[in-house]
Amino acid sequence: MKYLHLVWAALFRRKTRTLFTLLSILAAFLLFGLLDSVRMAFANAGGSIVGADRLVTMSKVSFTLSLPKSLLPRIQAVPGVAEVSYANWFGGIYQEPKNFFANEAVADNFLDLYPEWLMPEEQRKAFKATRTGAIVGQSLADRFHWKLGDKIPLQATIFAKKDGSNTWIFDLVGIYHVRDAKLKSQENLLFFNWDYFNEAAQFGGNSTVGWYAEKLADRGQADAVAQAVDRLSADSEHETKTQSEQSFTTALVSQFANIGLIVGAIMAAVFFTLVLLTGNTMAQAVRERVPELAVLKTIGFSNQSVLGLVLAESVLLLLLGGSIGVAVSGVVVNVVRARLGDQLPLAPLDSSIWLSGLALMVVIGLVVGALPALRGMRLRIVDALSGR
Amino acid sequence: MGSIMGRLGFGLAMMVAVVVPVILLTESPWWLVLAFVLLLALWMAFTRTGQQSWSVTQVGIATIPQRLGSSSVVVVGIAGVVGVLVALLSMAAGFETTLRATGTDDTVIVMRAGAQTELNSVVDHDTAVVVSQAAQVLHNPAGQPIASPELVVIASLPKISDGLDGNVEIRGVGEHAWELRPNIKVIEGRKFQPGLRELIAGKRAAGQFRNLNVGSSLRLNGQSWTIVGAFESDDSHDSELWGDTDVVGSTYRRGSSTSSVSMRLTGADAFEAIKAALTTDPRIKVDVTTTRTYYNQQSEGITRAIRVLGITVGVIMAVGAIFGALNTMYAAVATRAREIATLRAIGFRGLPVIVSVLIETMLLALLGGVLGAGIAWAIFDDYTASTLGSNFSQVVFAFKVSPVLLWGGLKWALAIGFVGGLFPAVRAARIPVTVGLREM
Repeated sequence: MKYLHLVWAALFRRKTRTLFTLLSILAAFLLFGLLDSVRMAFANAGGSIVGADRLVTMSKVSFTLSLPKSLLPRIQAVPGVAEVSYANWFGGIYQEPKNFFANEAVADNFLDLYPEWLMPEEQRKAFKATRTGAIVGQSLADRFHWKLGDKIPLQATIFAKKDGSNTWIFDLVGIYHVRDAKLKSQENLLFFNWDYFNEAAQFGGNSTVGWYAEKLADRGQADAVAQAVDRLSADSEHETKTQSEQSFTTALVSQFANIGLIVGAIMAAVFFTLVLLTGNTMAQAVRERVPELAVLKTIGFSNQSVLGLVLAESVLLLLLGGSIGVAVSGVVVNVVRARLGDQLPLAPLDSSIWLSGLALMVVIGLVVGALPALRGMRLRIVDALSGR
Repeated sequence: MGSIMGRLGFGLAMMVAVVVPVILLTESPWWLVLAFVLLLALWMAFTRTGQQSWSVTQVGIATIPQRLGSSSVVVVGIAGVVGVLVALLSMAAGFETTLRATGTDDTVIVMRAGAQTELNSVVDHDTAVVVSQAAQVLHNPAGQPIASPELVVIASLPKISDGLDGNVEIRGVGEHAWELRPNIKVIEGRKFQPGLRELIAGKRAAGQFRNLNVGSSLRLNGQSWTIVGAFESDDSHDSELWGDTDVVGSTYRRGSSTSSVSMRLTGADAFEAIKAALTTDPRIKVDVTTTRTYYNQQSEGITRAIRVLGITVGVIMAVGAIFGALNTMYAAVATRAREIATLRAIGFRGLPVIVSVLIETMLLALLGGVLGAGIAWAIFDDYTASTLGSNFSQVVFAFKVSPVLLWGGLKWALAIGFVGGLFPAVRAARIPVTVGLREM
């Protein structure tokens, strides 16, 4: 620590070069922050811990196929199932297709399965009491400037109404929010009453449901309960597949693309370049300072100290540029999230991204510093001072 | 005061000197760039300043081996930018090409009014009959309209890659589907038999999901289906399984309704007429689009998303590479300071010095660009990937590294090299001769 000023002075010996190197490092870690945020957004979609005590039951053939509502009491009777609810995908469009958000018709106890969605009690009651009532997440309400009491028209893409019209109008009676920043994307949903959907839809209602959601009495029994639920409809023409919410989303996300692979490949290219670039800077810096290092040794610095000084310099260089880069990416992510909500899959930069970023900075710093530092350590004072 | 104005003026001039050529370069076609290079070569061969520039450039290039480490920073940095950019853009291009190839101008797809995709659309039997009787539909030699009522459904099957469930699209087709899409070739086995629970698998689907080889069987809703063949279409149908509309409909309990009706028109010019006729028919509520428009729309969202990602990543990496190049070239100019000062002392002007440093940087950049584009081409051309298409099922596509993309990547490389070389070049030309001679 006491040598910090020495390392600092060495680092800014050539201001322009250090500045340019810092800016390159900054760009690399800005990219690291942004890409890792994208990766986390996809990983979180499948990895939320809160959903671990919930199962979803869908048609085994495809989740686009609906299931009979008659399964409800039978699933309820399966030992280990604390509560069952059900929902239908609606797929309505608000004003124009690019405003896409998920909207679902849900049973009146659906919200009871999701304690992480917070909503005042009177709004819960209003939702149950209002036939055409709808509730939305806070982020979605902010995005379209909706407030309680607004009428929200949705254009049906799948379910026309019995009177032949495609326009469904809902009354906004509740707005829920999610406390955990990582789960904010769950605020981009609209729910309305399944009973209304079932009565008013031209076809597709018919007392069928898209999927069942079960809350487990005991998290450890997930597999046993899932098998018991699937046995109910085995060999019928409505075979089901029951899995944890988590494995359902993991499988769904894996279908978009192998995000991890793409991000990993880009990062590899970026950091390979970065190592070469900063390595070159450090090599130049040490080459220029050979006489100075020799002087340090002459006045009593040990070989190890010189090694440490050069390594510290390159780690400091990486930490400076990298931290600013990750910080900038944090600002960018926040601005984009505030502007566009969850249209772009970006997770807020949390401590885990910072930690892996810092670890990368230290490792790259040590790697690029190693050769120049060894060179500095092995200097023979006589040769260095005489310029050989 | 005067010096402040002078600095301001110099700054402005540099800005113009950076921005204008970069825009010109990125906007100009290859032949214009080639013409410029030829012009430059002529200038170097036949004018005095040009000849001076050439000799200074030669010295610069000849000394590159002495600065191999730092020169490779420019090459590798730019190779990274160009490689990542070309790879991501080739992904977008591949997806777009696959979907666009699926549509033509003389076939139309009819769906329920308001449905965005076939998966969301329901067309009942009566509507399908009315639609296929439109006057603009082409008839085959047997006198039947070439119209195929099609039902799009999804099956959830384990993928070969990770064993996780993925969605495969099953398309129930009518008997005229093969006349409607003459590009489809059966490459193994045979076509399905109407009325039987048989499927024929697209070659990309078979490569993506387990147990879709000819002869294997799969269970859908308690019923056993057999894969009897494989087909190839070189478009997005390659990712689908095809069966008989009526049989698929009964397994998926869809009665006699379908998702869409696809039809071949008497000609591309008949589209307006059939659209007007069907959308104003009071008996039915349908949307009519050419399949080209339909599949173009399907590709838009994902293509745009990948392009935005590619260009964002490319720009950030380019900024990093520019600073790397600046560092390298400033160092190069610094080590050659005395030599350059000597040249100017014996009468060389500033321009040859600027030109030589710029050419040296841009040659290194070009090398990096070729390297990056070459690596992207070697690894990613025809690399297959898949994503969820708008029918909520896997669309398999191949990355397409086209000459246009390669050229685009090279232009990025040249632009980065230009910006990274310009400032050191100007610095080299502006160091006072006396200072330069005393340097080191």
